[in-house]
Amino acid sequence: MSSTQEIQSGLAEILEEVAGVTPADATPEKSFTDDLDVDSLSMVEIATAVEDKFGVAIPDDELGNIKTVGDAISFIEKNQ
Amino acid sequence: MSTIQLPSGAPGARILGLGSYRPRRRVTNDDLAQVMDTNDEWIQSRVGIAERRWAGEDETLVEMAVAAGGKAIAASGLAPDEIDLVIVASASLRAPIPGIGPQVAHRLGVPRPGSFDLNAGCAGFCYALGVANDNIRSGSSRNALVVGVERLTDVTNLEDRTTAVIFADGAGAAVVGASDEPGIGPVAWGSDGDQYNAIEIAAGSSTMTMAGQAVYRWATTKLTATLEEAMEKAGVGPGDIDVFAPHQANLRIVESMTKRLGFGDDVAVARDIVVSGNTSAASIPLALTALMESGEAKSGDLALVLGYGAGLTFAGQVLVLP
Repeated sequence: MSSTQEIQSGLAEILEEVAGVTPADATPEKSFTDDLDVDSLSMVEIATAVEDKFGVAIPDDELGNIKTVGDAISFIEKNQ
Repeated sequence: MSTIQLPSGAPGARILGLGSYRPRRRVTNDDLAQVMDTNDEWIQSRVGIAERRWAGEDETLVEMAVAAGGKAIAASGLAPDEIDLVIVASASLRAPIPGIGPQVAHRLGVPRPGSFDLNAGCAGFCYALGVANDNIRSGSSRNALVVGVERLTDVTNLEDRTTAVIFADGAGAAVVGASDEPGIGPVAWGSDGDQYNAIEIAAGSSTMTMAGQAVYRWATTKLTATLEEAMEKAGVGPGDIDVFAPHQANLRIVESMTKRLGFGDDVAVARDIVVSGNTSAASIPLALTALMESGEAKSGDLALVLGYGAGLTFAGQVLVLP
C-alpha cells in the first residue's frame, strides 16, 4: 500500500515522463486536459503506467471519470 | 479405397513485386480546418497526419485495386496468366455482393483464378498475405495477387472530427510466388472479439465509429507480443530487422511500437501515415512501396509488418522485400 504522498509523487513522475508535466505542477486540483495539457491518448499512456506502477486496473470506462490529479490519486487509493 | 493425393508444394513463397495507387486529391489539415472544427496542430499532435488522399468519383475500389495490382504484376515480372489466386482485402465495400476480387482479376487479365474478398479490417492485407503464402506453399496455387484497397471516406462521418481527420483512401498490392528460400515467415495472427464494437459501422448506420482510447490502449499494450511472435516464428530477432512497417493507424502507435521493440536509427520505420492518413488494409503495401521508392528500404531487406484493426483482428509476419 502506497501512502497518499507516495501516490502523488509517483503520479507526478509518470506525468513528467509521459506528458512532460513539471512535477511541481501536478497538484490535486489540476485538471489533466485543461491545466496540464494532457490529451486523451496521453491519458491512456498515463493509465497504463499507473496500472504497472501501482498494481491497479483502470478500465476504459473509468478513465473518462478521472479528470483531475486528485481524481487519479483517490482512484489509486481506493483500488490498490 | 482411394487416398487423396497432395501436391508436393513449395519450400517457401516470397513477394515478387509490390505496387500502390494514391488517389489524386491531396487534402491537407488546413483544408479540413475550413470544413470542420479542427486545426493542423490538433491533428498533428494526436495522430501525426499532415495530409491524406481522398478518392474522386472515378477512383472506385475496383479502379484503385486494378491500378495497384497492375503495378505489382509488372514489378513481379510475371504474366497475368501465371497468377491463379487473387485476394482483395477491404473493409469499405458498400455493396458487398458481389465481392470485387473476380472483377479485379478479370480487369487485370488474370484468367479464372480462385478469387475472393477478405474482410479483417485494417489487418486485412496481412491476413491475405498469410493465406496466399500458405496456399502457395501447400501447392494449391502457384502465384497470388494480394490487394488491399479502401475508400474509407465513403464510410466516414465528416461531422465526427475524431475519425474524419484520420481515415483516407488508397490501394496497395503484392504478387506472391513460390520460392526455394522462404521469403515470407509464418503469420502470427489472432483476434480479440470481446472488443468487436471498438471499431464498427453499427447496424443501420452508414459510417464508422471508433473508441479511440480503447483501441489506442489495445494497440500499444497487446500487440508487442504479436510482433515478437512473428519474429520468433520466422527464427529472426529484432537485430535482424531492416524495415518496420506496422499498419499506419496513428503515428504515436508507430513510435510506441518502435520504442517497445528497441528499434534504433538503423531500422527504416514506415511513417507513411504523415502523407497518407489511415488507409486500413491498404496502408502496409502503400508504406512499403513508399519506403522502396525513397530508397530507405531496398530489395532483399528483411521487413516486419503488422496489421491490426476492426474485429479486433491482428496479423504480423516477417518478409523479404522484392
